[in-house]
Amino acid sequence: MINFLKYRWLYFLISTIVISAGLFSITKWGFRYSIDFTGGSNFEFQMNKVVEKSKLQKVLDLNKISVISLKQQDKNIFLRTKVLDQNKELLLKKDLEAKLKIKITVLRSETVGPVLGKEAIRKTLIASILAIIGILIYMSFAFKGFNFAFSAVLAMFHDLLVVVGTYSLLGHFFGAEVDTMFVTAVLTTMSFSVHDTIVIFDKIREYHDEQGSLEMESASNQALTETMVRSLNNSMTIVFMLLALTIMGGSTIRFFILTLLIGTVTGTYSSPFVATPILVWLEKIKKK
Amino acid sequence: MKLIKTILIAFVLLGLIWVDLPESIKTKYKIPDKVDFNIFGINIKKDFTTKLGLDLKGGSSLIFEANTSKIKKEDLNDALNSARDVIERRINFFGVTEPQIQMIKTGDKYRLSVDLPGINNYEEAIKLIGQTAQLTFRELPDEKIATTSPIFIQLTRDTGLSGIHILKSTVEFDNQTGKPQVGLKFNKQGTNLFAAITKRNVGKPVGIFLDSMPLTTPTVQTEILDGSAVITGNFTTDEAKKLTIAINSGALPLPIKLVEQKNIGPTLGEIEVKKSVYAGTIGLIMVLLFMIVYYGRLGLIASLALIIYGLISLFIFKAIPLVLTLPGVAGFILSIGMAVDSNILIFERIKEEQRKGRSFDIAVKLGFGRAIDAIKDANITTLTVAFILFNPLNWEFLPQFGMVRGFALTLAIGVATSLFTGVVITKRLINIFYKN
Repeated sequence: MINFLKYRWLYFLISTIVISAGLFSITKWGFRYSIDFTGGSNFEFQMNKVVEKSKLQKVLDLNKISVISLKQQDKNIFLRTKVLDQNKELLLKKDLEAKLKIKITVLRSETVGPVLGKEAIRKTLIASILAIIGILIYMSFAFKGFNFAFSAVLAMFHDLLVVVGTYSLLGHFFGAEVDTMFVTAVLTTMSFSVHDTIVIFDKIREYHDEQGSLEMESASNQALTETMVRSLNNSMTIVFMLLALTIMGGSTIRFFILTLLIGTVTGTYSSPFVATPILVWLEKIKKK
Repeated sequence: MKLIKTILIAFVLLGLIWVDLPESIKTKYKIPDKVDFNIFGINIKKDFTTKLGLDLKGGSSLIFEANTSKIKKEDLNDALNSARDVIERRINFFGVTEPQIQMIKTGDKYRLSVDLPGINNYEEAIKLIGQTAQLTFRELPDEKIATTSPIFIQLTRDTGLSGIHILKSTVEFDNQTGKPQVGLKFNKQGTNLFAAITKRNVGKPVGIFLDSMPLTTPTVQTEILDGSAVITGNFTTDEAKKLTIAINSGALPLPIKLVEQKNIGPTLGEIEVKKSVYAGTIGLIMVLLFMIVYYGRLGLIASLALIIYGLISLFIFKAIPLVLTLPGVAGFILSIGMAVDSNILIFERIKEEQRKGRSFDIAVKLGFGRAIDAIKDANITTLTVAFILFNPLNWEFLPQFGMVRGFALTLAIGVATSLFTGVVITKRLINIFYKN
């Protein structure tokens, strides 16, 4: 048996550092929001030859387009603007083609009004809260105690903070945008986190029940020793999938998969090193 | 008995593989991807093709908001339904395969989400959908031209009577014959116009057109002064109902405004899918290798169970059929992870029991029994989450949009399947492999 819980200060420190870094980034740099949330238009045009950026800019200015960002990669341009309606978009495309003597293929074109994204977020939030209440109720029944459920949900919030915080860092340094896909990734992380924690708690419950006199702490240590290989192996398999997708998958899902990867790692980490110490601590308080 | 069982399993497995085979694989023999036969008088028809969402296949996704300010409350549902029907008809006219039209109500706002897979000519689609349905009445032009072209082509002169003059259109039944017919009620101005039109066209056809498409071309029997008319014809009740909806949609114009449009070019989607499938395959092979290297024979069994799991899930996706989107793929990947987890949990338990000095047979039995608790609790929690996110009752305050739901649905299917394969199939396989 390994005394995992002896090093709980270390786990606390690691979690604090990671979460603080994320919170720092959120307060300092915030997030980059995609048009799903801010409203606006996104275009990806493919031109039949490379055109200088300054020339592009000039045509955009002439059309009085309020450009938020303009990026260029070989023959592809990525343009983000304030909401551009259908007609203006068409005029712009024609004007670009005429003035720069090019042909444009529209690879992607998105226009979103600002209300929709906020609504989606609000609804997803309500659904998540309901889901958390569902988890609390089910776990309280299954484990015959609120402390198990509460610790699992706290660990889930820990993972939520880690994922959201690192995403702010990813946004600042690599340009990752908060979009609807990110919301899905956060939801995935939350379900995975609880799933993983339950497996360990199940073991703790078993040891605790089996040997009635056993303290929660030693039962937990025993359970952690037994489940550590399983936790690592299991996460390893998910990490394999996600790593392959991050490195070789398509570019539009890269940040999404990366978020899932971070979520899996923190979800695995938090079960033994966040949820379990909290559980042991709560049980100790209860005894007193 | 045993032989029958084996044959049955082999058949089921072959069936799964047949359905799951990608459509793009060309074999020497033509493999049908449709089921279409009659059994006990029931026609069973199903085609098993993978349905890809817009983000994977390319196409346009449009969201319109309806302006309901001019519509009376009691007519609102009718108006919205007709608007939906009209849009559907226009899209079909545009030749889109499998469009998805969904009504989303949020607070007092009504939105129509229209998905047009494979359509990239979105400018035209938007124009076509966005226009208000126009009902017009046309008559024959004065100068008679001898022609054999159909009646509705000859009806070219606009009478000035249009949808705005109609108060209501209803399904009625003829007093004598009991046949369904379509009744029209005009407003005051419409009554006058209609009286004049019928007076000068007795014995001649007058056409009713919706969006320049002929709905019906009844022949005027007599002059009508009271502003109500019936269109008779060989309608079924259903047809009559459809016609009233079509006319009402012209009569109750519901202005809609485009609030969101997303368009993804076909090439972009295709490249993404190819890359992701490639990456996913490599990831899966790594998982299988890892399991076999680490757990040996048990790992091989788990890998087999995982492959069967994949086949069953894919079968369910195709059978529903489920529209696969990127978030859906994420839900599936997560469920693969959970399926592997079930197996690893069981194996670790078996190893543990063996360490306690129990024989393999007993260790397998105990291992399964004990692991099932953890698997059950973990998976039920996940299913609860998926259920709430999927929002099966379409509650207004929960996500109603496809993305989160797509994720929840694949996750739920994946987890449910993994409960089955992880426990039942793995146990079977262990029995088969270790008995000999």
